[in-house]
Amino acid sequence: MTVTARGRSGGGAGMEEKCDAPGLGFLGLDRMRVLLPPLRLPEKLSASRTLRTHLFTNYRMRKVRDSSRWLIPLWVSIWVFIASLIYLRMSYQAVEKRRELLAIMCDDRARMLQDQLNVSMNHLQALAILVSTFHHSKTPSAIDQKTFAWYAERTAFERPLTSGVAYGVKVTHAEREQFERQQGWSIKKMYSSKTKKQSQGPGNAEDAEVREPAEEYAPVIFAQDAYKHVISFDLLSGADDRDNVLRARESGKGVLTAPFKLLNNRLGVISTYAVYKYELPPNARPQERIQAAIGYLGGIFDIEALVDKSLHQLAGKQSIMVNVYDTTNEKPISMYGSNDTGSGMCKVTLNFGDPTRKHEMHCRFIQSPPWPWLAITTSIGIFVIGLLVGYIIYATAKRIARVEDDFQEMSLLKKRAEDADIAKSQFLATVSHEIRTPMNGVLGMLQMLMDTDLDTTQQDYVRTAQASGKALVSLINEVLDQAKIESGKLELEAVPFDLRTVCDDILSLFCGKAQEKGLELAVFVSDQVPQTLIGDPGRIRQIITNLVGNSIKFTEKGHIYLTVHVVEEIMHCLEVETGTQYANTLSGYPVANRKRSWENFRLFSRELNSSEMPFATSASDSISLIISVEDTGVGIPSDAQSRVFTPFMQVGPSIARIHGGTGIGLSISKCLVGLMKGEIGFASKPQVGSTFTFTAVLTRAHSSVNENKSSEFKGINALVVDHRPVRAKVTKYHLQRLGVHNELTTDLDQYISKINCGSQIAKLVLIDKETWLKESHSLPLLVTKLRNKDQPDSTKLFLLENPKSSVKSNSHIFREYNLNVIMKPLRASMLQVSLQRALGGIDKLHCRNGVVGNSILGSLLRKKQIIVVDDNIVNLKVAAGALKKYGAEVTCADSGKKAITLLKPPHSFDACFMDIQMPEMDGFEATRRIRVMERDLNEQIERGEAPPECAGVRQWRTPILAMTADVIQATHEQCLKSEMDGYVSKPFEGEQLYREVARFFLNQDQVQ
Amino acid sequence: MSAANQLAALIANMFATGLLDDQFQQLQMLQDPSAPNFVSEVVTLFCQDGERIIGELAKQLDKPSVDFDRVDAFVHQLKGSSASVGALKVKNTCIQFCELCQQKSKDGCLKTLETVRINFYELRGKFQTMLQLERQVNGFPPNN
Repeated sequence: MTVTARGRSGGGAGMEEKCDAPGLGFLGLDRMRVLLPPLRLPEKLSASRTLRTHLFTNYRMRKVRDSSRWLIPLWVSIWVFIASLIYLRMSYQAVEKRRELLAIMCDDRARMLQDQLNVSMNHLQALAILVSTFHHSKTPSAIDQKTFAWYAERTAFERPLTSGVAYGVKVTHAEREQFERQQGWSIKKMYSSKTKKQSQGPGNAEDAEVREPAEEYAPVIFAQDAYKHVISFDLLSGADDRDNVLRARESGKGVLTAPFKLLNNRLGVISTYAVYKYELPPNARPQERIQAAIGYLGGIFDIEALVDKSLHQLAGKQSIMVNVYDTTNEKPISMYGSNDTGSGMCKVTLNFGDPTRKHEMHCRFIQSPPWPWLAITTSIGIFVIGLLVGYIIYATAKRIARVEDDFQEMSLLKKRAEDADIAKSQFLATVSHEIRTPMNGVLGMLQMLMDTDLDTTQQDYVRTAQASGKALVSLINEVLDQAKIESGKLELEAVPFDLRTVCDDILSLFCGKAQEKGLELAVFVSDQVPQTLIGDPGRIRQIITNLVGNSIKFTEKGHIYLTVHVVEEIMHCLEVETGTQYANTLSGYPVANRKRSWENFRLFSRELNSSEMPFATSASDSISLIISVEDTGVGIPSDAQSRVFTPFMQVGPSIARIHGGTGIGLSISKCLVGLMKGEIGFASKPQVGSTFTFTAVLTRAHSSVNENKSSEFKGINALVVDHRPVRAKVTKYHLQRLGVHNELTTDLDQYISKINCGSQIAKLVLIDKETWLKESHSLPLLVTKLRNKDQPDSTKLFLLENPKSSVKSNSHIFREYNLNVIMKPLRASMLQVSLQRALGGIDKLHCRNGVVGNSILGSLLRKKQIIVVDDNIVNLKVAAGALKKYGAEVTCADSGKKAITLLKPPHSFDACFMDIQMPEMDGFEATRRIRVMERDLNEQIERGEAPPECAGVRQWRTPILAMTADVIQATHEQCLKSEMDGYVSKPFEGEQLYREVARFFLNQDQVQ
Repeated sequence: MSAANQLAALIANMFATGLLDDQFQQLQMLQDPSAPNFVSEVVTLFCQDGERIIGELAKQLDKPSVDFDRVDAFVHQLKGSSASVGALKVKNTCIQFCELCQQKSKDGCLKTLETVRINFYELRGKFQTMLQLERQVNGFPPNN
């Protein structure tokens, strides 16, 4: 029970629980029922987890959907806003641009108008100066009305806008009479007070009234011909003209009247210049100017014509509408243009050189502004793009959400599947384990039943029942293994072991079955394979057993051949007995091509691709073995070959009926091989046979001191006679293991001739039965040759008996020739015994210890002085018994104190096994004290004060091993802390004891 | 039925009923011509030792104030002995006993002591039969 519990310590929680609560009920089935509810726990857990994930997913999805409900309008409105912003901005820009354009055009027109007016005004001024020069400064005057009119007429092109000019002279009241006389007419009033018919402009001179007396007068004396009728009119009599004249003489510049209707019914203004007696300084005061003024020159400007003319000169006059206003008064007086005031007006101030008069020009596009198509299309386009982007984002988000949803669902399903798988494994493990316990009871009882008095029928029934039970237990073990592997709880051991022994053991196991079926069973391990390897012998045995078992199951005739090589060997000579030749197999039957079974191995393909690369494993201590099991069975149908390694898969349903088994073995083997970092493969030919090959990476053991070649066979020569080289090789291999020097021959006649020549004669001759029968004609000769000398240690003849040939029929041969018969399959231990028996020198001890492993332990412990410390007398007795069995000489101590007194150096003990839990003084404490004593002695030795008994000893350190019932890590650490050398579990276990003892005894041997 | 058969059946029964485990087989394997009475010696020792310990345990638990550490020590000893002999049932009960000692539950201890006693005396009876049969097989008169 302890063993199982320990082996299972890595097992599932459920299983541990069981182990810790033993004795609750004998039949484990009851417990199983109790255990099943906790088994559902992971399901429940996963269910709650599922629920949570589900809720979470739904929540997220709902969130996405909820938000999309208000996100869409929000998005649309945002883009509407953006689009309208863009529209507004663009249209504003367009309007601005249009306004600027208008302003520029307006400005152009205004400037042109100004310029033209200024030109006219300047010329008017020049005319004024002309008058002043030639009329006033000359006496008599150089100008008369005729000259003036003529001159004015001829220079009219200089004043394109003046329709007429007139000159009025300043006449004071005192001078009036003389002036009237001189001119021949009286000064007339400009506007008759009676007839208001002529509101503006002077009327006919004949109709006009005479000017009433005033302080001064400004009668027109010269005028252009078109305006001849204004001569003799007093300029000061009209309100506008008077104002103009007064302002003109004050300022010395040209002044303008307000616009008025001209005779031709168009709007015009009069510009007036004062003519001075002498030239005035620019900064003359108004008073001085009034004093100096002697006449006034007036010109009539036709504003409408002026503006029309100037506008004609500019392009684009159609698109623009121009209005000119006089804005001197509150109410602007329209001078030009239709009197409409639309929107989009541009106002420009005009300067016509008269500071007191203000003019403005208003411009406006005739056409209303066009629709801002660019802005409209742009903004609509952007809006559409925004909507499209929004849709794309929405679609993407929706898709992501859906994919996430799917993912969640899938991971949920995956999780569920995984949970189910784990649950399955756990269930299998639990149930298998629980079935095993009662099955043991059943089997035990059946065993007991068989021992009672039963008749033949009953015995048969019981035997069948027991066989079925055993089959069930082995099946359950397999299922348990599978479950363990699947749940990843299987861990490999790493212990030193001898692969050859393992192979021999497996062969022994199948010995009976092979003999029943008449199959030849053989093993060959290459001598490149180290003696001791570190790995998990149990698992390797399991794999090989499974493969060999399968082979035996499906093979009716021929052989099963197990070979072990180092991978490098195979690498270097890939042609190693590929088994294609029919004759060159173990039994002569054809086999499947072995090479094909590993052609898919990655190890090889990698190697072949880069042959110069050093072998990966050769650098370290690890070694790759390639192990093949070859049979001549029915083979695997090609359609079933693909699922050979699938659990619970068999070639067909009939297979299970005929051969039994679950089909789980190969799957387990594959997993185990995988755990050993190896690969498994096979080659099979229906009706020819199958070859399964696997590789495994193991570790080379360093302390391979024991060659295990018993010295007893040293110097013995053997001859193997076999016409089949492969079989001869197997025999040779086994003999070599025993240290027998041997040679092979396939031809007896050749050998006989050799004996005749008197060369060295082999002491042992091993002949295969088949060869014997084949060459029976020459054998009697050989036998007599070998025996003729009649010496006591004459050559021994061995016949290697094949199980398939009936022993009885040939038994006379053995008697006749005094042959020793060795039954195949060959195994080292069996061969050893046979040879010993034949040679007569049988070592009693070796014989008894038969098993190699024990003999190693025996040789390690023999004659060793060992002290066992335990307060429990029963334990003491058992431990002592076990150690004595291995040949050790045991001293018992029942307390730590006693142990200390016994182990006070110098003493003659080689090792100490110490119980940990003891009353008064526990094992740790005792060990500490012993170590202290040893250190003291070591110091003495160093100082050379050692007592004489310790001469030749450099350092004392007795190996102390703890014995403990609970093998847990903490205890182990504590052991090392109290300077123990290791621990063994209590009660003793052969394997572990050996391991621990070997660890220091082997080292010790090496040191010494 | 021969004594040898009876002996084999008895031992098989003890295994099957879970009284014994593999360790007992180990013991049997240790018996060889150099130590012919190994198993019987160990078994006798175990029976005597076990009886003593159970007596001690009863005494300890009878006291008004129980020293559980002492009880634990005794139980531990019995556990060790039974493990060495392979007395599975007794060992398992001892493991339970140890736990109860750590919990310092007197009632539990008394109850378990009773179980231990029953298991132990069952095993002792079987062992005694076994020894007797063994003597018969080995050719000693049964009344010796």
